[in-house]
Amino acid sequence: MALSIGDVEHVALLSRLALTDGEKEKFARELSKIFSHVDQLAELNVEGVEPTAHPLPMKNVFRQDVVLDSLSNEAVLANAAESEDGCFKVPQIV
Amino acid sequence: MSYEIVIGFEVHTELKTRSKVWCGCATTFGAPPNTQVCPVCLGMPGSLPVLNEDAFQLSLKTALALNCEVPEISTFDRKNYYYPDLPKNYQISQNDKFLGQKGWIDVDLGEAGIKRIRINNIHLEEDAGKNIHPEGKGHDYSLVDLNRAGTPLLEIVTEPDLRTKEEAQAFMLAMRSLLQYLDVSDCKMQEGSLRFELNMSLRPKGSDKFGTKVEVKNLNSMSVVLKCIDAEFERQSELLDDGGKVAAETRLWDEVAMVTRSMRSKETANDYRYFPDPDLVDVEITADMIAAAKGSLPELPLARRQRFIDSLGLSPYDAGVLTASKTTADYFEAAVARHNNPKTLANWVMTGIQSWLNEQPEDTTVESCPIKAESLAEMVALIDSNTINSNIAKKVFPLMLETGKRPSVIVEEQGLKPMDDTALDPLIDEAIAANPKIAEDIRGGKLKAIGALMGSVMKKSGGRANPDALTARIKQKLGVEG
Repeated sequence: MALSIGDVEHVALLSRLALTDGEKEKFARELSKIFSHVDQLAELNVEGVEPTAHPLPMKNVFRQDVVLDSLSNEAVLANAAESEDGCFKVPQIV
Repeated sequence: MSYEIVIGFEVHTELKTRSKVWCGCATTFGAPPNTQVCPVCLGMPGSLPVLNEDAFQLSLKTALALNCEVPEISTFDRKNYYYPDLPKNYQISQNDKFLGQKGWIDVDLGEAGIKRIRINNIHLEEDAGKNIHPEGKGHDYSLVDLNRAGTPLLEIVTEPDLRTKEEAQAFMLAMRSLLQYLDVSDCKMQEGSLRFELNMSLRPKGSDKFGTKVEVKNLNSMSVVLKCIDAEFERQSELLDDGGKVAAETRLWDEVAMVTRSMRSKETANDYRYFPDPDLVDVEITADMIAAAKGSLPELPLARRQRFIDSLGLSPYDAGVLTASKTTADYFEAAVARHNNPKTLANWVMTGIQSWLNEQPEDTTVESCPIKAESLAEMVALIDSNTINSNIAKKVFPLMLETGKRPSVIVEEQGLKPMDDTALDPLIDEAIAANPKIAEDIRGGKLKAIGALMGSVMKKSGGRANPDALTARIKQKLGVEG
């Protein structure tokens, strides 16, 4: 399956990535190869095989509703580029 | 052209768990920013979510109360989108094997009867953080508080079955009432623990095709939802009348301008690329889990309403009003348990207590009323035993609200006890002396004239005479029988 430049632009927008024209062509080529690789799976006969979300033979893994310690505010903001009043400071959203 | 409104809702309610849905951070409302946050909430590499069992059970209970079909296996999916209030860049939600599907809720429309509103699906997801937008010059940025990120959030999606503003209001009341009865959420709209997102379109009356729908967010009270329905009706009908098209989009309510504003176009921006979350394993909903959830279901609003009609003798209207809020119904029943006069108690709850509630902020419940159920019961008992009459009760009630004191204490303190014959006699004599003509008429058999003398005595006694006893005493004095 071949990806168009338009497909790459769409995915880039959804991922908030700014790509140059050269990058768009490069990614269109590379992603097409990945898609072709995955397409090989379509050759398998999967009749009667249950769809699985993941390979773990586990189910109903719960935790109890118990409050545990959170991080300190300083630790939470340790990797923030900018912060103010205990909050992450980000470019204006609205 | 005249248009019909078509409304569906997406109801979001934060579940009443102590800790978040995927981690042990507290869910306390109003904590200092970013103090209930851990690596899971922050989406740190290597952190893993583990499902809170209580959150799942509360969700299952709600799905069953909404008459949903529950699957054998329920799974979680990633909903991918970029927004600063969700550091993982995806929200864990359900998009395939929902917790419940094809349910319904019955909504009491008063005289129009009961309308069944279909539920498309109900699913468990996580709430996002809170964005703060500082106002004023130089504030060209936003602040993010992630305390709320990861709070268990139940989403209930209805079919577009509502046709008027009144139906929308009745639906919201019924849904809040049900969630309160189930005790799965605080249901505080001002704090955001219950949110109604409106999906609304118009179509020409008589048409059976749906128009293009608009989704409206940021509606933080029921009255705002109703205002928004009016504003959207105006906006969409003007657009359609002018030959325009309604754009399929998400809009935000602007509380100041009282209009909705475009937020983002649904067609281009919403491409969530859902896929199964590999971090969370399947949940098998066993027969035991369903039985336990069913066993935990309380008496629901409409059943309680019917019981109030059948066994307490209330009118359907009164029973509907009293059972709409669980706390009000509990209050009323606690009062009836103290003093068995449901009809009079119902009147006092629906008038006196309700007008107090109407003056309070929207999320206030009767639990914070200064008059406790026992006090109200005591007051009605005082009326029923003729210790006070209903006029005195109308004086006592506001004092009970003001002071929180018991009615018997207020009656004592304010000297509102009924006057006995010894105290009344001079007042009666005075009234007879001042109205010789009326007294003569009564002696002559015009018993209706007693009212005039009673009025005079009542006034002078400050309303502290028992009407029946007073009538008898006046008759006795004037030598009239019966």
